[in-house]
Amino acid sequence: MVDMTELTGMHSGETAAKRTARRRAAEFRLKLYGIIAIFLAGAALVALLWSVVGKAVGALTETYLTLPVTIEAAEVDPDATGNPNIIRRGDFTGLTKDMLKATFPSAKGRTVRRQLYDLTSSGAAFELADRVAANPSLVGETIDHRFLASDVTDLYLKGDFGDLLEKATEGNITLQADGDAYLVTSTAGDFSAALERVKEGLVLQADAVRRQAALQDNGVREFTRRAEAAETDEEREKNTKLAEQRATKRDSLLAEADDLEARAAADGGDEALSDENRSVLIKVADGWLKMTRITPTGGVAEPIIPMARDVTASNLWGLYVTDLPENARKVSDNQIVWIETLKDRGQVDLVFNTRFFTAGDSREPELAGILGAAVGSFWTMVVTFALAFPIGVAAAIYLEEFAPKNKITDFIEVNINNLAAVPSIVFGLLGLSLFLGVFGVPRSAPIAGGLVLALMTLPTIIIASRAAIRAVPPSIRDAAVGLGASPLQASVHHVLPLAMPGILTGTIIGMAQALGETAPLIMIGMVAFIVDIPQGIRDSASVLPVQVFRWSDFPERAFEARTAAAICVLLLFLVVMNAIAVFLRKRFERRW
Amino acid sequence: MFGLTLLAVFVLGGALYVSARNKALSLAGGHPQSLHSRPNYHGLLAFLMSVVAGIAVLVVVWTVWGAFIERQFVAHILDAQPELSPIEVELVLSDARALAEGGIASRTDALREQIAGEIGGQTALHHYGTMVLSLLATIAVGLWCLRSAHIGWRARNRSETIILRLLALMAVIAVATTAGIVLSLIFETLNFFSKIDWQVHKFIFGTTWSPLSGVHDGKLDADKVGAIPLFAGTLLITVIAMLVATPIGLFAAIYLSDFASARTRSWAKPMLEILAGIPTVVYGFFAAITLAPFLRNSGEAIGLSIASESALAAGIVMGIMIFPFVSSLSDDVINAVPQSLRDGSYGLGATKAETIRQVVLPAALPGIVSAVLLGISRAVGETMIVVMAAGQGANLTANPLEAVTTVTVQIVMLITGDTEASTAAGPAFTLGFTLFCVTLLMNVVAQRIVRKYRELYD
Repeated sequence: MVDMTELTGMHSGETAAKRTARRRAAEFRLKLYGIIAIFLAGAALVALLWSVVGKAVGALTETYLTLPVTIEAAEVDPDATGNPNIIRRGDFTGLTKDMLKATFPSAKGRTVRRQLYDLTSSGAAFELADRVAANPSLVGETIDHRFLASDVTDLYLKGDFGDLLEKATEGNITLQADGDAYLVTSTAGDFSAALERVKEGLVLQADAVRRQAALQDNGVREFTRRAEAAETDEEREKNTKLAEQRATKRDSLLAEADDLEARAAADGGDEALSDENRSVLIKVADGWLKMTRITPTGGVAEPIIPMARDVTASNLWGLYVTDLPENARKVSDNQIVWIETLKDRGQVDLVFNTRFFTAGDSREPELAGILGAAVGSFWTMVVTFALAFPIGVAAAIYLEEFAPKNKITDFIEVNINNLAAVPSIVFGLLGLSLFLGVFGVPRSAPIAGGLVLALMTLPTIIIASRAAIRAVPPSIRDAAVGLGASPLQASVHHVLPLAMPGILTGTIIGMAQALGETAPLIMIGMVAFIVDIPQGIRDSASVLPVQVFRWSDFPERAFEARTAAAICVLLLFLVVMNAIAVFLRKRFERRW
Repeated sequence: MFGLTLLAVFVLGGALYVSARNKALSLAGGHPQSLHSRPNYHGLLAFLMSVVAGIAVLVVVWTVWGAFIERQFVAHILDAQPELSPIEVELVLSDARALAEGGIASRTDALREQIAGEIGGQTALHHYGTMVLSLLATIAVGLWCLRSAHIGWRARNRSETIILRLLALMAVIAVATTAGIVLSLIFETLNFFSKIDWQVHKFIFGTTWSPLSGVHDGKLDADKVGAIPLFAGTLLITVIAMLVATPIGLFAAIYLSDFASARTRSWAKPMLEILAGIPTVVYGFFAAITLAPFLRNSGEAIGLSIASESALAAGIVMGIMIFPFVSSLSDDVINAVPQSLRDGSYGLGATKAETIRQVVLPAALPGIVSAVLLGISRAVGETMIVVMAAGQGANLTANPLEAVTTVTVQIVMLITGDTEASTAAGPAFTLGFTLFCVTLLMNVVAQRIVRKYRELYD
């Protein structure tokens, strides 16, 4: 017998209180872990959507430059035929270049010219050609045309290469011509603010150099280690030598960083500006000067766009500093000046990017759109649905209503469950060797993709359909059979309609999976570069997720925004499909 | 042509449906109740039988005749130029086909032009011949149906038998898919092994992976097809992914099933479903554009050099992708533990946490283990995240901060690379076969565990 007073003793007192506290703490901890897990899930989702949507915003707008262009008859239609086909073959690229040269006549030299031509997109000339071809009376006229801006111009205007900061100026500027350049001074210490910005840039640069030095230091240590561990003299010598090389490199980098920091810390200062420094620009009398040397009170500047008139002193001037050094951005100082000039003249406008939704793929980010991929996805889904839905439902009816319970049926069942877990890339290999290799289905075509995705979706549809059919109570079948229906009639006329909402829900979820699937389609060549919008299931096509994959691989920075925007479109389709599935489930599903 | 014939068969079948239905009505002579089967079933039977016959003839004749023509041409080419290798013969044939269709051939010579001329005629004969034969079969079977119909014709029973057989056929397609996967993979795998002189151990245990660098005379260098770096890379990324996915998934499942209020569940569960429904290519983009640079910069800040294609970034993102899957499977099994077990434990004075740890989890353990196994099998077979965020060079290391490559990355690189398909296919399909076997094994084991250790409470 247990003495009750003893038990009471166990449940009171200090030890008991401690034990209870410990047990409560354990309970609290478990709960906390759960909350942390849910929180992490939420954080991951938010981070994912945030990074995608945040990047996609840049693709929402596109930039146009409105510039006057003379359609020289000699260039486009020398015989004055007025025939659109002849006009379209005219040299509109040349016209566009001439137009840019006329707009900024100060741009001289090959490199500078190339930068100038890079203001507009290479596709802009074709649009001009189309416009003139559609209206041949424009030949010989001077018209205002909206030229599509290049990706560099577009990204600069969206602030992707840092901002151009205007510094407040108090004094008057005096300019003294010195050959091609000017000696610039300000009556107040206006340049010290700009110099400070440049010095901040030096500190950043020193940090970068130090990071490189740290990498070299890692190398020194690694090669020293290898030299110590080396088994042959030859190897040791080689590694020691490499370590020494790295050490020299490291020391020179460290010295460079020290020098940069010393220059940044010094008072006053006199910096020669190169493309490694933040650029300092001066705007005066409709002209732009770029500083090559700066002190707190002035410096040396070279003209990029000459001033409208000779100025020796002015109180109307602007001082600008860029966020990034010229070698760290794709847009050059010249381009910044040209774009800012056009902006001041009101010739730049940002409009909603309809092109992204109406164009096919392109190597030029500003011309690329997702319509081709979206239509490809549509055709692929049509094929997938046309195959997977009837086959899946038929298989489910058979397995659930008619199949005898024997080894073969068991085998089929296990098979379907395993098929649902086979990696998607293996389905791609199957499609590659069977559909493309044996049956000769056209490569890259929606029919090939649809076949592969149908096989992939089949298990999902079969499993969902079986569950839906099983959920229909036997009384429905019994009643039908009791009234004289054959088993097949009972299934098709009575059970199937009642199971349809569940079947459709499963099918839509399966189709949503198929829509987001990438790897098997890469295997069957849907990763090719296809500009045209596919007209049918046998045309070469791409699909949305593969387009995302391809664009994310391109080096041009402007593709990043387009990739993110394509993801948004893809996610939108998925959300709509899942919403339909949820609606079907909520609206039609019956509990028996 | 194939599609057109198919369409014609269906149109003919439709016409036969209508005439068989009318035949039945006229047989009944104004007393439809005297028929054994309703007129619609007469029509249905005629439709089904004729269409099935037409399609069967179409498929069989099309393939057999096509193969016959192909063999004839190959023999012809070999007669003219016996020194050609099989690949060259194929090239000649595909060029001739292109010429016949007015396309672009890689080369034009007398042999190709001659064959192109023959192909034009033969192909037309093949196409029209098949079409005529298949339409004839459709009509013949349809007419037989029409002729044999009488008042007591058991059209319903007959058509139901056909439909049932068709349904069974559809169910078999699923098995056929598996068979197709296994056969196509095995075929190329054996082909690959024969190219390395059956030194299979060098594939499984070798440590140098560079399969395309030692190709000559159609043989591969057996010393350069060692897949260990790929297996190790896959393992490393999978381990990182599961280190992320298992605790988060399990704790989330426990919290949602036993602690959370109905309101929390109502938003947390859809959130997990959204995470589970995001395409893997989006996760890959996230890993490559956001997480990998973030990791590299934070590593730099504390003096670690993290590769921009580190296994860590790919693994973490893969873990995020998999944990909703693990969580929802675990949630199901935890919920399946009967309430009476929990009530018994509470009745003995256990706290919720003690109940979960000592009663619910042991009862749900087989299900949780199988959920984790299925999660691993997904991680091993996952492609897009690693293609976009992991490395491409085979690198044998256990350091998660370095770039490693995986089996799936190598398959994609081999198939999409510039190398001739017949050479690259061998290693790629062999890796695919390995992948298929490993995931299949894991699924089977997962199902076994559930079946064997499942507690039955009722």
